Amino acid sequence: MRFLLSDDQLDLQAAVRDYALERGDAGARRGAFESDSGFDPEFWQGLMALGAGGIGAPEDAGGLGLGLLEVALAAEALGYAGAPGPFLGHVLAIHAIALCGSDDQKARWLPRLATGEAIGTVALAEPGERLRPANWEARLVDGQLAGEKRDVLYPELADVTVVGVTDGFALVEHAAPGQALTPRDGADRTRRLTHATYAATPAEAMPASREAADRVVDAALVLLAADAFGGARRLLEMSTEYAKTREQFGGPIGRFQGLKHQLANMAVEVEPARGLYWYAAHAYDRCSPDSPRVAALAKAHLADVYMQTARAAIEAHGGIGYTWEYDAQIWFKRAMFDFAYLGAPSRHRERAAQLSGW
Amino acid sequence: MDLELGSAYEAFRGDVAAFLGSHWPPSRDADPKRAAAEFRQAAVERGYLYRSIPKRYGGSEQPADPLKARVIREEFARAGAPKELEGPGVSMLVPTLLGRGAEWQRERFIAPTLRGEIVWCQGYSEPGAGSDLASLRTRAVLEGDHWVITGQKLWTTVAHLADYMFILVRTEPDAPKHGGISYLLLDMKQPGITVRPLKQMTGGREFNEVFLDGARTPADWIVGERGQGWEVSRTTLKHERDTVGGATRTEDMFYKLVELARSAERLGGPALRRDDVRQELARIEAYVLAQRYSSYRQMSMDLAGQDPGLIGVLNKLNGTQIGHRIANLAQDLIGDAALSMPPTGRGARGDEKWVNQIMGSLGVAIAGGASNIQRNVIAERGLGLPRDQGDRA
Repeated sequence: MRFLLSDDQLDLQAAVRDYALERGDAGARRGAFESDSGFDPEFWQGLMALGAGGIGAPEDAGGLGLGLLEVALAAEALGYAGAPGPFLGHVLAIHAIALCGSDDQKARWLPRLATGEAIGTVALAEPGERLRPANWEARLVDGQLAGEKRDVLYPELADVTVVGVTDGFALVEHAAPGQALTPRDGADRTRRLTHATYAATPAEAMPASREAADRVVDAALVLLAADAFGGARRLLEMSTEYAKTREQFGGPIGRFQGLKHQLANMAVEVEPARGLYWYAAHAYDRCSPDSPRVAALAKAHLADVYMQTARAAIEAHGGIGYTWEYDAQIWFKRAMFDFAYLGAPSRHRERAAQLSGW
Repeated sequence: MDLELGSAYEAFRGDVAAFLGSHWPPSRDADPKRAAAEFRQAAVERGYLYRSIPKRYGGSEQPADPLKARVIREEFARAGAPKELEGPGVSMLVPTLLGRGAEWQRERFIAPTLRGEIVWCQGYSEPGAGSDLASLRTRAVLEGDHWVITGQKLWTTVAHLADYMFILVRTEPDAPKHGGISYLLLDMKQPGITVRPLKQMTGGREFNEVFLDGARTPADWIVGERGQGWEVSRTTLKHERDTVGGATRTEDMFYKLVELARSAERLGGPALRRDDVRQELARIEAYVLAQRYSSYRQMSMDLAGQDPGLIGVLNKLNGTQIGHRIANLAQDLIGDAALSMPPTGRGARGDEKWVNQIMGSLGVAIAGGASNIQRNVIAERGLGLPRDQGDRA
């Protein structure tokens, strides 16, 4: 038994984190946050040049052929750095095509997505909180897509969008007609969202089963949990650092027990949650029967922990934490994203309860 | 990342199970105390119990192997077989003697302590020295070839049954706080000692006050040197640290809670069908799983010789918090059974037994370092925040 990351896994995570931290702190995060597009092409290309896009892509498509755990480790690192851009949608599109695509679709898209030459995204949720394949109403009939999708990550940039439909997935190319894209004024300006309506949009069926489509949604939940862990960890560190350096009453405020206890409470919530997200990713990679249930519990738990940690972190910073200029708000809003994207915690707890036979 | 134990350990599990199959339970007419002692002796000979303790002191002297230790714990629990004895003698005094004791002390005390032939109590806390233990005031003065001890100890578990006490006393009144303390061993059966029981809010009587009025102990019943008692008391052995045990106990309790929710009625229907109950159960389960898998991670770090870091200092508070959550939901689910005192006696049945958790979870929160002390430790040792103004060691 060895429930630890291997040296290769640690190296991979460190490479992504070092890159995203350095560029993020040097302005990429704030720049994208303040920009109209929420996209920093240079940052994105650097991330793709590192190989972060292809971690989960098959080796014969130029990827690393690794599992969801390794993708999640990168997601954690990007969450820690507050990295902007379409990573989540991109790696989910790769995962969906690798899992559900035809040989031709794989050959056409995976090599370009794995290297970052093309950008991919996924369109999953529908209005009325129709979040899972069983509830999707978008339809592909005779190669024409009709339906409405909410909160698609960067579809304007995507060369290909994997759209959830009643029978699984369909592929929509960038220039396909009949798409109406309406950007949302999203709180998290590092991960931009757009509502998409498809009317007689040319699309290509994927030979996906309902089960495979369900797995892609579960993968999304695990990646959100990983991002949440990274972000919560960063907020804990920021708050701790602030407590050590901010001086009042003649010394650092971190010497006051009231603040110490708040930070200790944050640590007790955040640190053990790492085990839950690791296990959720591990169970997913091993196709354990428990995997859908644990993915739901991990998303619910980590989202809650991140949000509560973000609230506590803003409070621990005092007035500066509440300003637009200070970056704590960026992670607060990323926590809002992870909380609500693909369903708030209570939905996932209810799903876990059903899967437990309660 | 691998959660399997592997074939070598599964084979070891088979050996342990075979041993248990032929040694436990004993025949029905056997004397239970004697049967347990004989079983423990056989288990020591097989290398299953007291693995960190040298053979010459009654242990089985096995190389440290936390995975074997885990297999043994699991199989012994499954068979309901006697484990290593619990209590302050085995868990605290024996490691201290192994680390700092004189040879004659080890030879005289360790083996009978492991066999349960002598029982120890711990004389640390005092009325004025709780979290700030090093401010303790019980005095010991060397008169001829004996220490003479005067003072009061508090929260002394099993003092009324104990043969001996290991006690922290102030022997160097002019030395700085921590440097004036010595660690002595003391015979409890003597006229200078009065034990008075302290009744707990649960109705149980495991605690005592111990009054020392000229109690005597030989000059060489000191562990370490004069004035070194503080460091001596912090001796621990890193052999097969049980990082998983706390998580396993929490998990067992959680599954009982699910069973309770399954059987309980709420507003005319099964409680388990109610949204609030399902939500809270799922919330608690995530905490339970998080604790389980971080304990596996910590165990793997131990095996790999890595420092566990932050997780190492927050296990107790984490477990305590989950215990509170379980208590709160159980209290709601048992309805008017929550008006009761906890039932007494072993094998108590019915919803009233959850009152033990409703009250006992607070005992866990306080014993061995209250939650606010844990928060200080997490903040200072785990997060590196500045130390308190006080002179805590």
